[in-house]
Amino acid sequence: MDWKALQLSLLLGVLTITILLPIAVIAGRWLATTHMRGRAVIESALTLPLVLPPTVIGFYLLVGMGPESPVGRIWTGLFGGALVFSFEGILVASVLVNLPFAIQPAQRAFESIGQDLRDAAATCGLSLWRTIWRIELPLAWPGIVTGAVLTFAHTLGEFGVVLMVGGSIQGETRTLALSIYDRVQAFDNPAAARMAALLMAFSLVAVTASFVLSGRTRRRG
Amino acid sequence: MAEGLSVSLYQHGPIALAVEIEVAPGETLALVGPSGAGKTTILRSIAGLYQPARGRIACAGETWLDQSRGVAVPARARRVGLVFQSYALFPHKTALANVAEAMLDRPRAERKARATALIERVHLDGLGGRLPAELSGGQQQRVALARALARDPHVLLLDEPFSAVDQPTRRALHALLGEIRTSIAIPIIIVSHDVEDAARSADRICYLRGGASIEQGLTRMILDDPGSELAKWLGGKE
Repeated sequence: MDWKALQLSLLLGVLTITILLPIAVIAGRWLATTHMRGRAVIESALTLPLVLPPTVIGFYLLVGMGPESPVGRIWTGLFGGALVFSFEGILVASVLVNLPFAIQPAQRAFESIGQDLRDAAATCGLSLWRTIWRIELPLAWPGIVTGAVLTFAHTLGEFGVVLMVGGSIQGETRTLALSIYDRVQAFDNPAAARMAALLMAFSLVAVTASFVLSGRTRRRG
Repeated sequence: MAEGLSVSLYQHGPIALAVEIEVAPGETLALVGPSGAGKTTILRSIAGLYQPARGRIACAGETWLDQSRGVAVPARARRVGLVFQSYALFPHKTALANVAEAMLDRPRAERKARATALIERVHLDGLGGRLPAELSGGQQQRVALARALARDPHVLLLDEPFSAVDQPTRRALHALLGEIRTSIAIPIIIVSHDVEDAARSADRICYLRGGASIEQGLTRMILDDPGSELAKWLGGKE
């Protein structure tokens, strides 16, 4: 078992969720309530990571965050090192790739709250902030948590994008998924099997949790 | 009519409006007319949930809307009690908490005592701890009514309260509205597509068609006049 890779994967998952949660809540609610014309384009752009091959996304991120890119130059100017082939680089990639996994369940959850409830909150004298805090978030949280769980599970299993942006540097960018690939290449199938089983168990627990939460929401509705 | 409700709304589209309504304190006005006549849009405009192109709404001496002076008080700042057709109860909150939600400007202890009193006033004693999903449709409507009364509203609006309830619930609702009408002296507007139900609960009636107030007057006078526009519509419908 590559414990360092497991530790790195868990850290990447936790940090990805921490960054994405507020983004998912804000973007999810906005997409659920806006009547802006360009909404369909934004939704399509957010869905791209679901349909594009990971190597395509990884390639664009590698070029977009590389040392010659504006983002790469700003990063190097601020922090010294390069963004690509670093833990920070795969964290940025992980956040971008997981946008649809976090935002879409939150958006669906906010959409399921009828406009009547928002109107009722307004006639009760609630401000927008109080409506979100007291009415919408308590009703939408199963969807938000489902998004967080899916994000975490997806981050643990992400392979192509992490490999493209981070390489497979021991202790820096080699996650559990990459370590499995590495072990198979070295004909160390027993080690690969143990890590694969662990990832599968993690994913099963995460997906089961999201189904249970979705079921609770449906029953209450 | 400084203390009552005064409404004038005008626009060409998307929902045409040409409405002039006055309701005195303690008076109940029924808005009747065919589907698409603009009844609910008028209620939503009074509540501040819809902005007509032109208009003026004043209630209890306050101007809530005056497009010519750029006045548009937001919904949350208007003292309006609105009972939605869908009831729109907060599904994660108990009946008591739903009522208390409209009184967040009061101290917590006062909120609870007043919410309990309002739940009793709508004859739901002992059911305050239940979630909306654990209540019948008629009981949910009573919670919505208690919540609408919780803000000490300057006007009470009821959107199609008699639709989607069975006959016994409808009778009980008529009785409850009668109690409320005698106990609080504020303008009340009831939207209904059923003229008989509206007539039982309203002092005056306003017949709307295509977003315009065609005819207004004392309920019995209009209903008993075979030449009234409302009677013609009813006759045509029958």
